[in-house]
Amino acid sequence: MTRTAPLDLVAADDLFSDEERAIRDTVRKFCADRIRPHLAEWFEKGELPARDLAREMGELGLLGMHLQGYGAAGTNAVSYGLACHELEAADSGLRSLVSVQGSLAMYAIYAYGSEEQKNEWLPRMVTGEAVGCFGLTEADFGSNPGGMRTNAKKDGSDWVLNGTKMWITNGSIADVAVVWARTDEGIRGFVVPTTVKGFTANTVPGKLSLRASVTSELVLEDVRLPADAVLPHSKGLASPLGCLNEARFGIVFGSLGAARDCLETAIAYASDREVFDKPLSAYQLTQAKLAEMALELGKGMLLAVRIGRLKDAGTLKPEQVSMGKLNNVRVALRIAREARTILGANGITLEYPVMRHANNLESVLTYEGTSEVHLLVIGQALTGVGAFR
Amino acid sequence: MPNIVVLVKQVPDTYSERKLASADHTLDRASADAVLDEINERAVEEALQIKEAQGGEVTVLTVGPERATDAIRKALSMGADKAVHVSDESLHGADIIQTAKVLAKAIGTVEGYDLIIAGNESTDGVGGAIPAMLAELLGLPQLTHARKVEIDGTSVKVERETDAGRTFLEAALPAVISVGEKINDPRYPSFKGIMAAKKKPVTTLTIADLGIDASEVGLANAASQVLESAPKPPRAAGQQITDEGDGGSKIAEYLVSQKLI
Ligand SMILES: Cc1cc2nc3c(=O)[nH]c(=O)nc-3n(C[C@H](O)[C@H](O)[C@H](O)COP(=O)(O)OP(=O)(O)OC[C@H]3O[C@@H](n4cnc5c(N)ncnc54)[C@H](O)[C@@H]3O)c2cc1C
Ligand SMILES: Cc1cc2nc3c(=O)[nH]c(=O)nc-3n(C[C@H](O)[C@H](O)[C@H](O)COP(=O)(O)OP(=O)(O)OC[C@H]3O[C@@H](n4cnc5c(N)ncnc54)[C@H](O)[C@@H]3O)c2cc1C
Repeated sequence: MTRTAPLDLVAADDLFSDEERAIRDTVRKFCADRIRPHLAEWFEKGELPARDLAREMGELGLLGMHLQGYGAAGTNAVSYGLACHELEAADSGLRSLVSVQGSLAMYAIYAYGSEEQKNEWLPRMVTGEAVGCFGLTEADFGSNPGGMRTNAKKDGSDWVLNGTKMWITNGSIADVAVVWARTDEGIRGFVVPTTVKGFTANTVPGKLSLRASVTSELVLEDVRLPADAVLPHSKGLASPLGCLNEARFGIVFGSLGAARDCLETAIAYASDREVFDKPLSAYQLTQAKLAEMALELGKGMLLAVRIGRLKDAGTLKPEQVSMGKLNNVRVALRIAREARTILGANGITLEYPVMRHANNLESVLTYEGTSEVHLLVIGQALTGVGAFR
Repeated sequence: MPNIVVLVKQVPDTYSERKLASADHTLDRASADAVLDEINERAVEEALQIKEAQGGEVTVLTVGPERATDAIRKALSMGADKAVHVSDESLHGADIIQTAKVLAKAIGTVEGYDLIIAGNESTDGVGGAIPAMLAELLGLPQLTHARKVEIDGTSVKVERETDAGRTFLEAALPAVISVGEKINDPRYPSFKGIMAAKKKPVTTLTIADLGIDASEVGLANAASQVLESAPKPPRAAGQQITDEGDGGSKIAEYLVSQKLI
């Protein structure tokens, strides 16, 4: 019997243009050739050759791909989503590298920067020559970044920054940090070259998740910056949250990439593995698991495409991004855990990608707004009442 | 500034199950995903490298059914400038000689070409004869199985790889060359390239446009015929050697017997 493509029961493939598919296929091939062979090793060692990868990714056009001008590829949002999907099918850490570079660091400069700041940084960030990071979270202020302690004070025409940022992706390999700090005029963004005096970045040790990604603490001690280091169009907390919406969008597609890889692995494993003298795939319990996984993957994909089309139409609302991020990361994590059971003891090793994905998705569930925060965003949209505090 | 024509072919993806149609033993194109043959990606890459160093223009040429446009797009997204696509129902079942004749005519539509680059053999038909036949039909020198290519304004030099060793060839332009696996590593199409590809010109021609009559081509007029096809026998079980202190020499003996060392 011919098998229906299990990874695309809803035939989402038909919803994409030739160009979108070509971009997706290119990223898939790039990951198969250049990334996948090394993932288990990177994850085990907790190391990622991020700067080299950034150059290769820049050559493809992955960095800031959905921005216009400054050498960026200028694709639509759905293409960006599909690229995230393929990257995260390899590893969430790779997608994180691209999300932080394109949707957080570059987008902040792109949306709130001066023309000089854009010309100085964006072309080099497109090629991967310069790597960026995005410092919003602090150890005591994650879900509630508005409470941040990092501050920027005027001294003559200069700015002087003090504070510590935590959990910052790409922090210790970055050339430029977009740092959010409290000022007399509210929260504002600063473009901080990482070579500046008083700036240090320390890698966070002991992670059990997103090990193929650099996560750091940023320490700013009397960091003195010229007047033009502030992002002139940044005003209040809405500015960093605008960036987060961009990155969350990538996760709507990305998380399902990890799920797809898990389902694909589980189906292949169940077909090969014999238990009690017949293939594991021939048991009703196994089929029920696989069917549930394919169902959730398919529904999530339709949601992602819908959200992507809304973004391209320019009508996407934050609560819609929240819905996509909440649902798709949640189902991806469930799929990864369920796939893990099918692999038995083999499932706990790095020989298969499944537990690596499951562990990664724990971070994805937490960053870019935890699931609880997204429930509250949707709740607020439904009731008109904020229940965050 | 060399004007280069690259011959490309769409083939079934080697990762999918490839079949011949049971009725006429022609390729069952519907049964497998179709991709630009990898050896042709290398041919395109070589043309692009020459263009990047010396300028000029790269035209890709394919003879194939309608969906071969996907292979053309891939070549254009890698950076080729334009394409010629010969697509005609009557070519179904065309053999190597017919294909070479059609290619020769189609190349005639590309004004002032200097160099024709082909893959040394396709991964589906594995005929390996097109470059030579084409050179013959066009009356051009042929330099096949290249692992290195250098061109200057008037001549081309090729390092040719054979089982016995390497030979170094040179010919005056225009010429036909074919490239092997070792020639280069093809680039990934960049996203900008992918987006630019759909705006690049593709000329679609029928055989009538090339002055070829339908009665000369197709399965019925092929010089060779596929009578039968059978799947490869399954691989024999591997041989296990127990190491009793002489494992190393046993492995070496085996490798020598296979002419691998
Ligand atoms: C690998 C990794 C990379 C990261 N990269 C970056 C980066 O590049 N830049 C950056 O700025 N940050 C980054 N972060 C930080 C991330 O955004 C935060 O971890 C996240 O916002 C959650 O904050 P927290 O960890 O302080 O959790 P907390 O805010 O302490 O939340 C703990 C729990 O309380 C829940 N909670 C919080 N508020 C409420 C409420 N009102 N009602 C009910 N429940 C609530 C949360 O949902 C969560 O379950 C990264 C994190 C990780 C793990
Ligand atoms: C860290 C670790 C330590 C261990 N230590 C020991 C030890 O000290 N000694 C020891 O003997 N073993 C040990 N084990 C092995 C452990 O007991 C086996 O992993 C377990 O019995 C499952 O077997 P399996 O991994 O071969 O999975 P499989 O039997 O291949 O099962 C794979 C999947 O198929 C499902 N499945 C199996 N049968 C059916 C069925 N009939 N219908 C539907 N679904 C089915 C399973 O539930 C599972 O989801 C250890 C395992 C681990 C991970």
